[in-house]
Amino acid sequence: MKILVLISNVPDTTTKVRLTGDNKAFDTTGIQWIINPWDELALTRAVELKEAGGVEKITVANVGSKITESTLRKALAVGADDAFRIDAEPSDAYYVAKQLMQVAGSYDLIMAGIEASDYNGSGVGGMLAEMLGINSVSAVSGVDIENGELKIRRDLDGASQVLSIPTPVLIIVQKGIAIDPRIPAMRGIMMARKKNLNVLPAIDATARTEFLNYELPAPKAACKIVDEDNAKELITLLHEDAKVI
Amino acid sequence: MSILVYTENWDGKFKKLSCEIVSFAAAIAKKMNSSVTALSIGHVSDDELNMLGNYGATKVLNVQDDRFESLDNKALADAVAKAAQAESAKLVIFAHNNEGKAIAPRVSIKLNAGMVSGVTGLPVNFEPFTVKKKVFTGKAFANIVINTDVKVITFAQNSFEVVETDNNVNILVFDPQITDNEFVTKVLDTHKATGKVLLTDAEIVISGGRGMKGPGNWGGLEELAGILGAGLACSRPVSDEGWRSHEEHVGQTGKIIAPNVYIAFGISGAIQHLGGVSSSKFIVAVNKDPEAPIFEVADFGIVGDAFKVIPQLIEAAKELRATN
Ligand SMILES: Cc1cc2nc3c(=O)[nH]c(=O)nc-3n(C[C@H](O)[C@H](O)[C@H](O)COP(=O)(O)OP(=O)(O)OC[C@H]3O[C@@H](n4cnc5c(N)ncnc54)[C@H](O)[C@@H]3O)c2cc1C
Ligand SMILES: Nc1ncnc2c1ncn2[C@@H]1O[C@H](COP(=O)(O)O)[C@@H](O)[C@H]1O
Repeated sequence: MKILVLISNVPDTTTKVRLTGDNKAFDTTGIQWIINPWDELALTRAVELKEAGGVEKITVANVGSKITESTLRKALAVGADDAFRIDAEPSDAYYVAKQLMQVAGSYDLIMAGIEASDYNGSGVGGMLAEMLGINSVSAVSGVDIENGELKIRRDLDGASQVLSIPTPVLIIVQKGIAIDPRIPAMRGIMMARKKNLNVLPAIDATARTEFLNYELPAPKAACKIVDEDNAKELITLLHEDAKVI
Repeated sequence: MSILVYTENWDGKFKKLSCEIVSFAAAIAKKMNSSVTALSIGHVSDDELNMLGNYGATKVLNVQDDRFESLDNKALADAVAKAAQAESAKLVIFAHNNEGKAIAPRVSIKLNAGMVSGVTGLPVNFEPFTVKKKVFTGKAFANIVINTDVKVITFAQNSFEVVETDNNVNILVFDPQITDNEFVTKVLDTHKATGKVLLTDAEIVISGGRGMKGPGNWGGLEELAGILGAGLACSRPVSDEGWRSHEEHVGQTGKIIAPNVYIAFGISGAIQHLGGVSSSKFIVAVNKDPEAPIFEVADFGIVGDAFKVIPQLIEAAKELRATN
């Protein structure tokens, strides 16, 4: 089985969001870039499956400018065998999926994250599957290979299911797919230097959506504090003032 | 031309969320001089389908085909796209939940439509069609223009006040004519969480963090949730430690919820936790550390020991329920 893991390059999740003067863009000065947390878990699970046998090769792919290469090197150090970077600004999910079509054609299993933690688009995985004409499973919290076949656990609102589904398939993964993300070991970092990081030019495509500008949330009113020994007052406030219970 | 809304039912009953998006769509339809068609897949009674009229739908397309129970994303997307084409829909709306996130991107490709997910209210502009959504897990909002003729959006729950009307709905059976070979997912096992309030649907959510100290201390929270009819949630370390089931984990890497009120006990309020709950109408914090970051986002709070506070809240909630 050949696996492709889609890797989005995002600001560290504790980043404080600052905007450029005219609120047209997110200010990236001094940002620490990381592998999108779900993509990191997807890659971790792919590496675990490879170690258990039954996976020939893991490839990672990213659509992004040169700054994403350190993120891709990290993915190689964690255990991917090779990497593609498609040299383009990821302007929207459609545009990114279009670019990924260049490399996504020949895998049995493609893994994407449920959302990128920066623009929270939840779009690329499903769009790519539809473009490829293959099936997709969303909210996947577990994947196993049994006798060369995929066993997938997916979560629904209020239930979870175990599925079998033929390949090729794209799974959109979330929490549970792996427990702790793999940290690259020294040996992995050394080996990653020798692995292929292929750079491809962008193909012609037009984004279908356009970010106009950003706003920061309005500051919140101060928290109303209730005394610890008079906690019953809280229930009264929630009932009478907030009218929510 | 119309607006198509994908509705979801749970054991034959529409979710609160489905009513909310129909109502949301009706408000958009008014501004666009359009009408709302709801698409329902599964076995739902006519009474229940008629109810969608109370929220502004004028037409319901009803697909009754058991094969969809496997929730094959490819087949579902095909069905929705065919319904959209049959209705000449210019806008297709899904909920921003598991099912909506799974199908909407596929439908957008089928319809050559631009898509924006997690929209948090009525369009800020119609020409060009501009919607607002949260980015950076709630740390900012973005205004986004959709440039295509047909548009797909997923709607973030609890961001629209439901309006009731009394439309008559026209219920039609719809057969999207999906061939057998599009259904390839085999469901081997389903595990349903029964008897509990569905977390993503709950209007009141009670949540515990590491400050609850251990798995044996949840009795009080369960009792309080029972009295108030609340859903139960927890922070990530709590589910990682196995104190509570993964189903209850909320936050950036867990479930994203937006109840009317979120009551957090012994939760510090890390940015990744808040990412999953910041859309709640009210946030209440009970924490013994006055410096805990959760107080920066809370509307009401108690600085104190959860174990002292919970019994008082149970007593007060019982009294409230006895008189209301
Ligand atoms: C990439 C990434 C993703 C993450 N995703 C999530 C996520 O989805 N959800 C999530 O929750 N976390 C997530 N985290 C973890 C997050 O950063 C925090 O570590 C976590 O939310 C802390 O959980 P907590 O508040 O329960 O515990 P703590 O931070 O340990 O806080 C416990 C709180 O309890 C209070 N307390 C202690 N005893 C009492 C008492 N007797 N009465 C009252 N209060 C008491 C303390 O004052 C403290 O504020 C993520 C982290 C990373 C790096
Ligand atoms: N620029 C990108 N390059 C490669 N994969 C991406 C990119 N952006 C998003 N993805 C993948 O798509 C998933 C969902 O991202 P999004 O649709 O942007 O929320 C991510 O978790 C990645 O797996």
